[in-house]
This record gives sequence, C-alpha cells and structure tokens, in this order.
Amino acid sequence: MSGGTPFIVLVAILGGALRVSTPFMFVALGECLTEKSGRVNLGLEGTLVLGAMSAYAVSYHTGSPWLGVLAAGCAGSALGAMHGFICKLPRVNDVAIGIAMMLFGTGIAFFFGKAYIQPTAPRLGSIMLGDWTGNPQLATALQINPLMIVGILVAIAMWWAFANTRWGLIVRMSGDSAPSAMAMGVSVDLVRFLATTAGGFLAGVGGAFLSLYYPGSWNQGLSSGQGLMAVALVIFARWNPLRCVAAAFLFGATGAIGPALQSVGITQGYYFFNAAPYILTLFIMIASAGSSKAGRDVPGELSIIK
Amino acid sequence: MSIHMLSRRKFIRNTGALAASAGLMASTSEVAMAAGVTLGIVYVGPRDDFGWNQAHAVAAKALQSSGVKIIEEENVPETDACAKSMESMVNLDGAQIVLGTSFGYFSPFMVDLAKKYPKVEFRHAAPLWDASKHPMNLGSYFGYLNQAHYVDGVAAGLSTKSNKLGFVAAKPISSVLSNINSFLLGARKTNPNAIVQVIFTGDWSLPVREAEAVNALVDAGCDVITCHVDGPKVVIETAEKRGVKTCGHNASQAPLAPKGFITGAEYKWITIYKGYADKLAKGEKLPNMVAGGYDTDMVQNTPYGAGASDAARKAADAAIADLKAKKPIYVGPLKDNKGKIVIDKAYDNYDPYLDQMDYLLEGVVGSIT
Repeated sequence: MSGGTPFIVLVAILGGALRVSTPFMFVALGECLTEKSGRVNLGLEGTLVLGAMSAYAVSYHTGSPWLGVLAAGCAGSALGAMHGFICKLPRVNDVAIGIAMMLFGTGIAFFFGKAYIQPTAPRLGSIMLGDWTGNPQLATALQINPLMIVGILVAIAMWWAFANTRWGLIVRMSGDSAPSAMAMGVSVDLVRFLATTAGGFLAGVGGAFLSLYYPGSWNQGLSSGQGLMAVALVIFARWNPLRCVAAAFLFGATGAIGPALQSVGITQGYYFFNAAPYILTLFIMIASAGSSKAGRDVPGELSIIK
Repeated sequence: MSIHMLSRRKFIRNTGALAASAGLMASTSEVAMAAGVTLGIVYVGPRDDFGWNQAHAVAAKALQSSGVKIIEEENVPETDACAKSMESMVNLDGAQIVLGTSFGYFSPFMVDLAKKYPKVEFRHAAPLWDASKHPMNLGSYFGYLNQAHYVDGVAAGLSTKSNKLGFVAAKPISSVLSNINSFLLGARKTNPNAIVQVIFTGDWSLPVREAEAVNALVDAGCDVITCHVDGPKVVIETAEKRGVKTCGHNASQAPLAPKGFITGAEYKWITIYKGYADKLAKGEKLPNMVAGGYDTDMVQNTPYGAGASDAARKAADAAIADLKAKKPIYVGPLKDNKGKIVIDKAYDNYDPYLDQMDYLLEGVVGSIT
C-alpha cells in the first residue's frame, strides 16, 4: 500500500476526526446555546437517540434523508421545548428534569424504533474532498458530510451572534444575570425556553447524522453515551461555540487512535488507547481550569454553579 | 384429542423420572412431535438485531410452526427483571421449559428459579451448568461457532487479493479468541500467506468504534472483514460501503451486503430447541448439557452471497464435509503469535483444552492485552 505506517495512522486519525465529530459538534452547540441562556439540559443524550430514530424512520418512509434530518430536528425541539416548559414551573430543578428527559427520549426512541432496526433507509450522501490526491486512503478519509459544514457554519453564526447582535446579548444576559435581564424587560423564562428548544433542534440533527451517515444505521446501542460526552465538551470548550467545534474534532481524532494503531500492528494496550479521548479531555480541563480567565467564561446563572 | 392428551400425560408421569439423562439430543427428523409444549424464551436485546438475539428468535419462530407455543420477551436486562419475566412465563403462561439466552441470566436468577420450580425445566445458553452445584432441572446448551468461522476462513482465504483479512472483535475472551484462531486456520488452509488483523473494540456493542475499526482495517489493506460483536450490522454495512468482502457472525447478514457477502458463521439453535420440545412432548428427561458443532448440526454457514467465488464455495463445502466427519481444526505443532508452541498435537474439535484458549495463533496480528 502507499505510504508508511505513520502515514496510515495519521490518515486514520484525520478520517476519524471528520467522521466521528459531527454528532458531538451538534449536541455541544445545542448545549452551548442552552447553557448560555442560563439553563442546563442534560437530556441531550435522549434527544440524540430520538433524533437518530426519527431521522431513520422518516427517511425510510419518505425516501428523502434530508426530510429525515428535518424530522430529527423537530423531534429534538419537541423534547427541548418540553424541558424548557417544565423548567419554567416554580421550584423545578433543571438537572433532575434533564436526566428524566434523557430516559424519556431514549425510551420513546426504543419504543417507536423497534420497527426500523431491520429495514434499510436511504442515507445521506457525502462530498468527496480528496479525489484530487489520487490516494485511495486519503480520498476516503476526506469524504465529508454536508451536515459537518452546516455545523461549522452554525458555530460561526452563533459565535458572531453572541458577540454582535441584540439577540445574542439577550441570551447572554439571561444566562449571566437574570435580574438585569428582567430589569431590561426581557422575559428570562421565554428566552430560556426558546434557547432550550433551539438547542434540542441541533442535538436532534446530530442524531440524524448518526443514523443516516456514520455509522449509518439505526439500532439501540447507536449512541452509547455520545450525547452525555458532548454535554461535558461544552464545559471543556468553556461555552464558546468555536471551541465546541475544536473540541468535537479533537475528540473524534483521539477516538480514532485506538483502532488505527491496532490496524497497523501496534496492538499492545488498546484499552489505554481507546480511553485516549477521555484522558486527553481530563488533562486539558485540568490545565485550563488553572487559568485566571476560566472562571469568567461560565454563565453566572447556571444551576450547577450556584 | 382429549384421550390422546390423557394418555400422554400418563406417559409423562410414569416414565419421565426413569428416562435416561446423559447424551446429546436425539435426531430431529421426527416432525411435529412437539405440539402442545409451551416454551418460554428471554432475550437480552431486540429480536431483530442481526446478531445473537436474532439467531435465537429465528429458531423460536421455526419451532412455533411445528406447533410449540412460544412465549417471548426481549430487551430483558441481566437483573432481577429476567427472573420476573421467567417467573411470569411459568405462572401465567404455563411454560414447561424456559430458555435464558444471555450470560448474566444464569446465576443467581435461573439457579434460584430452578430450585423454586422443580417441575419446570430451565436451560441457559452458555456452558455454566455444573452437576455438583446446580439443580437437575437446570442445564446449559451452546454451539461451537468456531467451526463455522473456520469455514468462513476457508472461503475468505480464496477471496482475498491482499492476503490480509480483518477481524473486528469485542473482547479477548476464549470464545472470541477461538473464533479468530479458527478463522485464521481456515484461511491458511486455502491460502498459506493469509494473515488476520484483529481490532478489539473493548465492548460488545459500540457501533461508532466498530465502524471506525472497519475503516482502519480497510485503510490498512484488509479486503475481507468479519467480526465477533453483538450486532454485526454496522460492521457488515460499513465494509460493504468501503467495497470489501464480508463474512457474517451469529445470524444471517446476507441482506446487508448484496455485493460483498461471502458466507457467515451461524448458530443452528433450532436443532437444540426442537430436541427439547420433542423430549418434553414425549415426557423424556432433558439432557443437562447440550453442545455441539457441525457433526451434530448445531452450527451452520449462511448461504453463499455474491462475494463467494466458485472456488471459495467448493472449498467451503469441502471444509463443512470435513467438520461433519469430525476432522480436527487444530493440528499441531502450532505457535502463538509470540512464538510459543501452544498446540502440540491434533486436538479433537471438542477437546476441553481448546476451551481454555488465551492466545492468538501465529499469523494473527493482534494482542489480547
């Protein structure tokens, strides 16, 4: 084959980053938006699974995977809206509701998803970015899905909007100081409700990527905790949408190390390499928590901080 | 009808206790002997997972057509929940035999139930039953799937151009290692230059990592992929997308890979289940331990797919005939991939020494730690 062993590993890591990162990216962006408004939604694992199921089911019935993506977003916003609505009620803890919503989301996804394990639905296509290289491995690694580009654009738009628009300011203010927002006449509850709904939409779309692109099938073990990891990535990315994208890529890339090393014959210690993403996350968090800026990035209204 | 039923019950009462206990199941050629039996079966996952659970569910469904009443429950976790479903199968549905198909159901749940309901038969799909410790109405059954993986290997050896075969495995336990080693020995039989490259994912169901493993293997030059994970769906589909050939595991994955599917290693649980039902209908004592492979019709290979060449089909058919004639797979001297001789002579396919496998043979690229 062309290229040496380090080349194969590097290509596999690059390919892994491009293939695996998108669901993390969407869930992290959704959670970033929700947390910026001052609320924590831990239920996004359930949203991701329900999104994956709805996307697969709708794609199967309509024959259009993009309608499936839309359906996943709608299912996700429904769960987000439910979370947002319940948390508006007095004396409700958003962390506890989030966990309940996670179980609820996976539960209904498994219930309705039963009929879709066997059938084959149309999947999303990919964009070939690497055909010019003339190297089959590199060309495969550089196959990307349009949703990944959408995710990056959403991140840039969010980052710009937080800093430069009135809407962004309102979301940030609701998240940093509810009394100030109320003094300005902003309905904090409404802002958080909308932010949670929109966050749910993004997480649902992340699920569509899982079932319609990579790994590209619906089954009950599909997510295996990715939604929960993505929520943690938001803290790691310190509530910055652009850093959420970077964190998702980093996570995808390190996740590919384990299989890639085994494929070239470096087979000792694969449990350690499979744990690489978590170890790396831990180290970066420890390193970044020490910086004096870290505290300022946290939205002041988050219930986990209060 | 009622007279017939009465006489059969009498027959059960009078002869049941005296019937012989040892040995494998009788031949399954008798048809529809099993009508009137109620069989309960509990699965740990969905019945249509293209894997382990589906293999059992296919057998249960086939048994239903021969008149056995089947009570099924899926997605039952390996907790108190499995004891509750089994107990309700006994009390509410009148199941005469309950099958637990997941490893963790056995102890304490099925052991306790067998003590509580001594007139009901309990059977569990892993070799855990021990005559000195466990009740006599409890037992184990399993199949030597490695024989079918050997046949996969024989076909795969003739299907590869790069001489590199990829194996996505969950955990390095003896049954998984035995499938990998048997796959290699099959491939070496038809292609002495073949090597098997293994990736361990670390758990039974990790779809994203399984897809990553397939991509990594294909990038490293493997052009036939097989696996031992709970639901091989993702592995087979990803390999098909990458344009390489595949061999299946547990149940038939042929519909998932219309272009590249060669054949697959499948259990044939129906042989065992039908044996149980027939014996119950006749009022005979069920054996406590049932295990076997090709020679007792307990494993099989998926019908050849488009990926199997004529030469591969012929070689695989010949390998199946060899296994039916009890020809050994492990013929020494064979070294493990660290250079130590681990197989010193020809071992019978059911030799207990092979059940303790904790090594990968020379020719397998991979490590169990």
